[in-house]
Amino acid sequence: MERALTNYIRALRTAGAAVSPSEAIDAARTLALIGYAERQTLKDSLSVVLAKTAEEKDLHDRLFDLYFSRATPSNEIPPTHGDDGGEPESDRSSDKDAGEGGDQADALLDLANSNDANRMAVAMERAGAAAGVDQIRFASQGAFFARRMLEALGVEALEQRLMDRLRTRTPEAQAKAQELMDARSAVTREARKFVDRRFEVFGRAATETFMNDAVANRAIDKLSLRDMERMKAVVAKMAKRLAVRHSRRRKVRNRGHLDIRRTLRANAGYDGVPFEVVFKRKHRDRPKIVAICDVSGSVAAYVRFLLMFLYALSETVADLGAFAFAHELRDVSGPLKHLTFEAAMDYIIQEVGSGGTDYGQALIDLREHSWDQIDRRTTVLILGDGRSNHTDPRLDIFAEVADRAKRVVWLCPEPPGRWGSGDSEILRYRPFCTRLSHCATALDLEQALDEILLAYD
Amino acid sequence: MTALPIPIGLSSIEAVTEGLAGVGYISTRSISTAVYLAHHLRKPVLIEGPAGVGKTDLARSVAKCLNYPLLRMQCYEGLDESKALYEWKYGKQLLYTQILKEKIHDLVADADGLDASFAKLADFQDLFFSREFLEPRPLLKAMEQTGGSVLLIDEIDKSDEEFEALLLEILSDYQVTVPEIGTIEAQVPPLVMLTSNATRELGDALKRRCLHLHIDFPDAERERLIVRARVPEISASLLAQLVAFIQLVRGENLRKLPSISETIDWARTLLLLHADALEPTMVRETLNVILKRQSDILSMAAKAEALTRDAVKAAEAA
Repeated sequence: MERALTNYIRALRTAGAAVSPSEAIDAARTLALIGYAERQTLKDSLSVVLAKTAEEKDLHDRLFDLYFSRATPSNEIPPTHGDDGGEPESDRSSDKDAGEGGDQADALLDLANSNDANRMAVAMERAGAAAGVDQIRFASQGAFFARRMLEALGVEALEQRLMDRLRTRTPEAQAKAQELMDARSAVTREARKFVDRRFEVFGRAATETFMNDAVANRAIDKLSLRDMERMKAVVAKMAKRLAVRHSRRRKVRNRGHLDIRRTLRANAGYDGVPFEVVFKRKHRDRPKIVAICDVSGSVAAYVRFLLMFLYALSETVADLGAFAFAHELRDVSGPLKHLTFEAAMDYIIQEVGSGGTDYGQALIDLREHSWDQIDRRTTVLILGDGRSNHTDPRLDIFAEVADRAKRVVWLCPEPPGRWGSGDSEILRYRPFCTRLSHCATALDLEQALDEILLAYD
Repeated sequence: MTALPIPIGLSSIEAVTEGLAGVGYISTRSISTAVYLAHHLRKPVLIEGPAGVGKTDLARSVAKCLNYPLLRMQCYEGLDESKALYEWKYGKQLLYTQILKEKIHDLVADADGLDASFAKLADFQDLFFSREFLEPRPLLKAMEQTGGSVLLIDEIDKSDEEFEALLLEILSDYQVTVPEIGTIEAQVPPLVMLTSNATRELGDALKRRCLHLHIDFPDAERERLIVRARVPEISASLLAQLVAFIQLVRGENLRKLPSISETIDWARTLLLLHADALEPTMVRETLNVILKRQSDILSMAAKAEALTRDAVKAAEAA
């Protein structure tokens, strides 16, 4: 009874719901109160006790149906041997000696021919537990676990008998062999079904997590088209994680600095005797980010993810400006706000992404048209390789930008080994940056943004 | 802590549903389950969902049907323990010191020397920090109820994180610690309900201590029952059309979807205008009752005709 519950909780955890031990205890108490008898009530109750967010509730709805898919409640599983050793239907082949092999084959034959779904389900459950099917991680392990279940059911004895029958070339023996083969495939089908269901419960989420981690760690310009789709989900998840982490703004009291005006006001009721003392508070800036992105061919893929990331964060970073440039700088916040993301990106690449990259010109345009967007609260985020086609990098303007802004963060898709080679001006820009880092994967992006937001917490 | 006998209204999940229906709250199975579990597991319930689906009303109705007093704690930014837990009655303390000045003078008059006076006064030093001078706020009040109570902590997401931390002791152990007096345990653990509109993510510690109930917009049948319970005068045909219309509007891409409270307001409005059936002009004129944003009203006004037709058709089918 408890076993079914703890395994279910484990399934929830693998799928990404953070169920704490205290909640597991609550679930056990709920089970004692409600019982297994009413399925819907149990589902509702566990949803109240175990799932604490909308996503967790969805997860629970899906997994509950998969996991408790059997019509019979689990507490009606007949006791395993030990309680009654004389039970003919034995499924623990490993600890029985060869003399009983014949019994096992008969029992299995009987099981396959019984047409009793309930009995079959119970047998599968026990064989599944013996074979450790709950450990399944990948779809490719299905055949292996199904075989182990069959072994636990005593299929070896049955196969032995089948071999014997096949060797005897009489018609009765052949018919008997056919019967055995049918029984074997029937049980195999059931086992496979059982394993597939368990994979949905325990394996699917684990596989997903593994694939997502792999994608997040891969260099962005080496992603295949299929990875791109997955990446969108990964980026959305990361953005959410960042938003949660940085939405918890802590107020900092400036202990020691008395706010005289508010103290007088608070104590007017006590005839001005200061019972309540009010201290001054530190003012916190709201995050303000101006992203300047090089959208020339070599960097475009990175820009896509950075902007996707930034716009996924729009709840946390309300004040967000986005500029794109190749040979001239354009404000692209408008299209990003009004068009769908894909359409906006296509528009940006088409409108801005032609011509040779010119960092100096971009800086001139920035000063000309959008200088007032940069103030002492702003973090200027530059994404580019710093390859300016041998034009004047205009370090003087860049120095001014650094002076005006709170921080200047440069993310470079090129590895540090290539910085400064050929037409790369990045090393000359470096002294003015608060932070310059190599940014190749989604994880790098997340880290950089996390650090930027941290400066505002 | 003493345990009261289980109230009739909490003896089973069905009893909860019935009890709530008795006071005009149309419950669902999951809502009743949550209330039932909250009592039997002695755990607070955190209720989330869109604004106006009856989160606060659930707490009010539970209190009403169990005949418990409802203690309501409205949260807001800057809420602190002096507003939520307890406060010393400074004014009274001040007044009493003035009045008792004479008495103290008499008391220490026969003591000679500072040490003796001090020793005499030491016997009285707890006088001004006793229950006498303690002003209980909702949370402390809920601990002091002897006949059971419902404690509603409304819109917890509006409060600061410090306040969340302050709640943890109450939510898990049903006790409050006042440094000058000690720990005050609940006479009878109150049924605690917290509501949140999810304007910010609540802390894990808080979530893990609570049962979690998500109330969503009701389906057509439940919505009809709710409006019928709240506006009994409404005719069956208008009710069906009205609910069908609202259900359609919820499928549209709007910035603020209408809730149950808006449906009820609209039902009252239409009743006041003596309408027996939905018609496009009247719908267009009263859209501002169910929609609260100008852009939403404009986009729906354009579709009013089609939506009304669909709603009437859907109502006939149902």
